[in-house]
Amino acid sequence: MAGPETVELARAAARGGADVIEIGFPFSDPLADGPVVRRAAERALAAGMRTEACLDCLREVHDQVAVPLVPMTYASLLEAYGWERFATDVREAGAASLIVADLPVDAHPDLRRIQLVAPTSTDERVGLAAEQTDGWLYLVTVAGTTGTRSELSPALAPLVARARKLTDVPLYAGFGISTPEQAGAAGELADGIVVGSAALLAAEEGSAALERFVAQLREALA
Amino acid sequence: MTTSMYGAYGGRYVPETLIPALDELERGWAEALADPSFREELDQLGERYVGRPTPLYEAERFAPDGRRIVLKREDLNHTGAHKINNALGQILLASRLGKRRIVAETGAGQHGVATATVCARFGLECVVYMGAEDMRRQHPNVERMRLLGAEVRAVEFGTRTLKEATSEAIRDWIASVETTYYLIGSCVGPAPYPAIVRELQAVIGREARRQMLGTYDRLPDVVVACVGGGSNAIGLFAGFLDDDVRLVGVEAAGAASLGSGRGAVLHGARSSVLVDDDGQILDAHSISAGLDYPGVGPEHAALRDSGRATYVTATDEEALAAFHRLAETEGILPALEPAHALARALDIDAELVLVGLSGRGDKDLAEVLEH
Ligand SMILES: Cc1ncc(COP(=O)(O)O)c(C=O)c1O
Repeated sequence: MAGPETVELARAAARGGADVIEIGFPFSDPLADGPVVRRAAERALAAGMRTEACLDCLREVHDQVAVPLVPMTYASLLEAYGWERFATDVREAGAASLIVADLPVDAHPDLRRIQLVAPTSTDERVGLAAEQTDGWLYLVTVAGTTGTRSELSPALAPLVARARKLTDVPLYAGFGISTPEQAGAAGELADGIVVGSAALLAAEEGSAALERFVAQLREALA
Repeated sequence: MTTSMYGAYGGRYVPETLIPALDELERGWAEALADPSFREELDQLGERYVGRPTPLYEAERFAPDGRRIVLKREDLNHTGAHKINNALGQILLASRLGKRRIVAETGAGQHGVATATVCARFGLECVVYMGAEDMRRQHPNVERMRLLGAEVRAVEFGTRTLKEATSEAIRDWIASVETTYYLIGSCVGPAPYPAIVRELQAVIGREARRQMLGTYDRLPDVVVACVGGGSNAIGLFAGFLDDDVRLVGVEAAGAASLGSGRGAVLHGARSSVLVDDDGQILDAHSISAGLDYPGVGPEHAALRDSGRATYVTATDEEALAAFHRLAETEGILPALEPAHALARALDIDAELVLVGLSGRGDKDLAEVLEH
């Protein structure tokens, strides 16, 4: 989540071995997020992290960390800032791509972004999302919001299998992946994994804890 | 196909997980509308279970001298508000779709009570999300829902009102979409919900138009209704959209999504919303929990833009004054939500005014006595 500690945390994540860093631009009413991300968003908003401040934060991280950065946000921010202007400014500030959690593939097709598909998505929608996506396809492992879970979702394997038949783009699995064991298991199926809530929880303990956690994930994927 | 866009408003701004469920809902709704037995069952339950048609009643002592104010008595419905019209229709739809678990949000508790009621009637599991602040100020409705067998889940974060309750209900649905039907309470949310709720509430306007012609041999000059999410208003307006009749929606002054909002995305649709410059949703404030919501149905935003309907506001104090006036002059305790419409109806300069009395005030006694 964008905030005063983001540069330090992004450095730590990069040292731990992250290949991509997602930076949340907080929204007041994040429908796709569970309690951990929601709490982080509330804190960020209380600290004044509005769109301009988030773009500044992104720019600063981009200057100091040599890992691709992907902002994740919600449609309301783009609506207020201007869709095209947002797309331009976020890239100008150093974003490699963009994720908009409440924007299904058929909405605003002109906005180039990483598309998400879910276990409930039809083959037709998985195919369309794969065609439209910017680089890799985000596989949401569960029907549910972000948040830590005790088990890797059994819905991931069939979703990967379906997606493989429909596309050659890299598949990254996220939502609910919380431990190195789960990361390892998900990494057997997908080409990459996305860890949100569990990383935020580690980051609450400081940058050293985050670096350790990312390194454990990295190791589990090796 | 049901309408998904109202001018620049509406659409589906939800996580991908929900899209197939919304497609299924849209198909199920189209099939239900095309099936005469659906309409028959709905009409029959409306008559025998809800008590429709609700009467028109002229509030002669309430009206200022020289003007006539007629009330459409949705407060006389089973469970005490217009919300049951929508809950009943959607529960029939949920049954057609084979869903056994229902989730809903509630603000004033009227939609929660209506949902708990129809779930009891159809033997379905019912979970209602309600903001902790609303549970405090609408406590009798919390007890009613529990007596009806529903589980009421308190939402303890953010504003602790309808906005957060709606987000939580949608999050529940995202996680349970295979087995669960989300029974939304107003003409908001992703398509096709605004169209479904509008059609199910349009019975108010159809009846009222027929009754006006039957009793007065003419249509009203003005139709007035309170607007929270906008379902009772759109239902009443629907009967008069093609007529030469003024349509006036009344928002709470501290929750004027149409009066002071701008284009933004909330709860799955683009509409007129109370937001700051960055698109962050602002807190609404109203004495009436049912109007205490920063968004509004997309069709109202389009009706505002086209000028077909106008939207004004009433303050907490004006609503309270209208509440007392109706109680003392007519022997009717209105809910605080339609008390906003009553307040503005008093100063509309027209001969014959029709007001949507969307619900009764039993739930609001504690709140009124406190002020
Ligand atoms: C009696 C009554 N009227 C009006 C409303 C506002 O909802 P809507 O604008 O959807 O009619 C509520 C909501 O709880 C209500 O209980």
